[in-house]
Amino acid sequence: MDLNTLWFVLIGVLFTGYFILEGFDFGVGILLPFIGKDDRDRRMVINAIGPFWDGNEVWLLTAGGAIFAAFPNWYATMFSGFYIALFLMLVALIVRAMAFEFRSKDKNPQWRATWDWMIFFGSFVPALLWGVALANLIRGVPIDGDMTYVGGFFNLLNPYALVGGLASLSIFTLHGALFLNLKTSDEVRDKSKTFAQKLWLPALILTLGFVAYGYAETSMFLSLGLNPGIIPIFGGLALLSVFWFIKAEKIGWAFTMTAITIAFSTITIFIGLFPNVMISSLNDAWNLTIYNASSSPYTLGVMSIVALIFVPIVLLYQGWTYWVFRQRLTKKSELEY
Amino acid sequence: MDALILARWQFAIVTVYHFFFVPLTLGLSIFVAILETMYVRTGKEVYLRMTKYWGKLFLINFAIGVATGIVQEFQFGMNWSEYSRYVGDIFGAPLAIEALLAFFMESTFLGIWIFGWDKISKKLHAATIWLVAIGSNLSALWILIANSFMQEPVGFKLAKDAAGNVIRAEMTDFWALVFNPHVWLQFPHVVTGAITTAGFFVIGISAYHIMKKSKEQEVYRQSMKFASIYGLIGIILVSLIGHSQMQHMIKTQPMKVAAAEALWNTENPASLYLFTWGDEEKREDVFAIHVPNLLSVLSYNSLEGEVKGINQLQEEFQAQYGSGNYVPSVFLSYWNFRLMTGVGVLMLLIAIFLVIKTSKDNFDFKPWFGKLLIWAIALPIIGHSTGWIFAEVGRQPWVVYGVLKTQFGVSPEAAVSSGEVLFSLIGFTLLYAVLIVADVYLMKKYAIAGAADKVTEA
Repeated sequence: MDLNTLWFVLIGVLFTGYFILEGFDFGVGILLPFIGKDDRDRRMVINAIGPFWDGNEVWLLTAGGAIFAAFPNWYATMFSGFYIALFLMLVALIVRAMAFEFRSKDKNPQWRATWDWMIFFGSFVPALLWGVALANLIRGVPIDGDMTYVGGFFNLLNPYALVGGLASLSIFTLHGALFLNLKTSDEVRDKSKTFAQKLWLPALILTLGFVAYGYAETSMFLSLGLNPGIIPIFGGLALLSVFWFIKAEKIGWAFTMTAITIAFSTITIFIGLFPNVMISSLNDAWNLTIYNASSSPYTLGVMSIVALIFVPIVLLYQGWTYWVFRQRLTKKSELEY
Repeated sequence: MDALILARWQFAIVTVYHFFFVPLTLGLSIFVAILETMYVRTGKEVYLRMTKYWGKLFLINFAIGVATGIVQEFQFGMNWSEYSRYVGDIFGAPLAIEALLAFFMESTFLGIWIFGWDKISKKLHAATIWLVAIGSNLSALWILIANSFMQEPVGFKLAKDAAGNVIRAEMTDFWALVFNPHVWLQFPHVVTGAITTAGFFVIGISAYHIMKKSKEQEVYRQSMKFASIYGLIGIILVSLIGHSQMQHMIKTQPMKVAAAEALWNTENPASLYLFTWGDEEKREDVFAIHVPNLLSVLSYNSLEGEVKGINQLQEEFQAQYGSGNYVPSVFLSYWNFRLMTGVGVLMLLIAIFLVIKTSKDNFDFKPWFGKLLIWAIALPIIGHSTGWIFAEVGRQPWVVYGVLKTQFGVSPEAAVSSGEVLFSLIGFTLLYAVLIVADVYLMKKYAIAGAADKVTEA
């Protein structure tokens, strides 16, 4: 495996980690207005992700930085091209971050209600936009011979991408409902289970719909063939199994299964893209690949050493956080947010 | 309007705004870590109260710093795609390393610090805030390694295609990038500036409570005492390092020095123009007060010594890089530089006075002076903002000094239209305006509530 491939894999790993981790954060944020009936419950919902959300979000910043360092042309084309979409996502992430820290620092109900909606909006928009973005990446977008995206904003909102957006939205919400069930107690716990049960079918239909639509819309799935291999199939089976795990009260397993679905879907998309990083819908010769978009071998080498040392360390201490805060929140828990 | 101008405004606004909060995060994280360590070692209740009180204010500030920092990671690609292509091979690396080494560390351990008071041992808890402090300051280091490349590019070569045209700059020596002399002046300058910021923040709020005779006087007096020393150390170091920076800059970015001093023509010995009202078009003074020889002294520690002027440097640059205007805005460079050094001197005087006074346990402030101390919270923030505006404006027309001009770094109109830039510029500005209102409101509320009462949220 050459360094270009290694970095493609690493960025895939970063996005996979990001979607699994911030995926449930988004889901919890989206469910906040529906599950928290009074202020105490809403606080329990927010505090369930309190110690984690910020660390989870760094996966995105690291993925962004890694794309910049390893594939500057990918970074330049994608973020200038998806300009307005990225702007909306940034606004959402900013207000969401502020809302977590600010909402419980004042008693005024209006203040709290406002920030609660910010949490909802700030979780809903990225959960939707990530699906839109990934769908466009595999579908291909108008990129010219100078690696410049020339499609404008509304070109990104094609029906296929919107289905992709709804699929990611529904899976993240389901994933979040399961996480919430694992970390809370009493009404919040019960309600999140009910939501998980209700969300399962839409998530399954949207995901399958997205895959089927993909066969018509993109060349990626065609290249995978009718037997796409073990990873996408297992991703699908995992999602299918969630229903029975919830029914059997094995929520930990159900959560693991949504995590697998998210991971395997992300991996499938990256495998489908390879060796491209962005597909030009105008001309195959104008695709951005792991070679024409990459940094020099020297930079890739330096970054590989840095990543191989520090990624395991990060995993270790982030894992420790989940261990420290492994207990469920109860009505008696001291809540910081 | 031109996309280039709009993109520059956007970069200036989101970055300066982000940096309203960052220095306080850097300096206060260390301050709170010291307090918690003292609590763990002595077991004194007052240190715990101090830790919690300043810790709460730290968190409010941290949140907005982090939230506005997200934009920083992506805006190079958004508005400066050609810049990203041209120097991404070099510039991307420190950004990625910053996220991997620093962002993960500060955010993960901050989560544990906030939520872990009764979950882990006292010692371990104190260790987590140290890791936050180290993480935050490491992030400053890596972003300044990136910025230093723009100020003083090192460790790279220009890669060419088969036809001999330069395609982009490529990294040739990672350690040269890390040990860029510019880094090791700029990073200490920023960190000691941050220490000063935290010092004056704590001084100002403590002064308020001392004057108001709030409960828990011990907390504020101790805080005032520590912060005076902390702030004094900060401001002394920031000035000394700043001086070395200037001496370094005269060798590496002479035009920036000339603009900072509004020195139109080369002088030897060079005078320091304390106050200049000049005509930038004609490049001449309308009115100026100058001290003979002083600029030579500041530049070379000697009465003699040539300091190059704007006109001569412009000619040199034209000879080297072809025709064009190589003079940055003299007005902005000169006045931001003076504002920065001016607030520096003011802070130095205040800090010396306070250290002497509080060392005798004298906390009797005249009301006007107490009020001044509250307003003085703004001084270091003004210092940071003007310093950065000077550093970035003074580098123009270059985005990477001597390598790439700013105008060639902007995203092409085909990818990002000027309408889109205008849209995001207005969007970010409005959003940030609303956020600062909420931030100041909360900051004030918690600062005034004081350390005595646990502000209950439920």
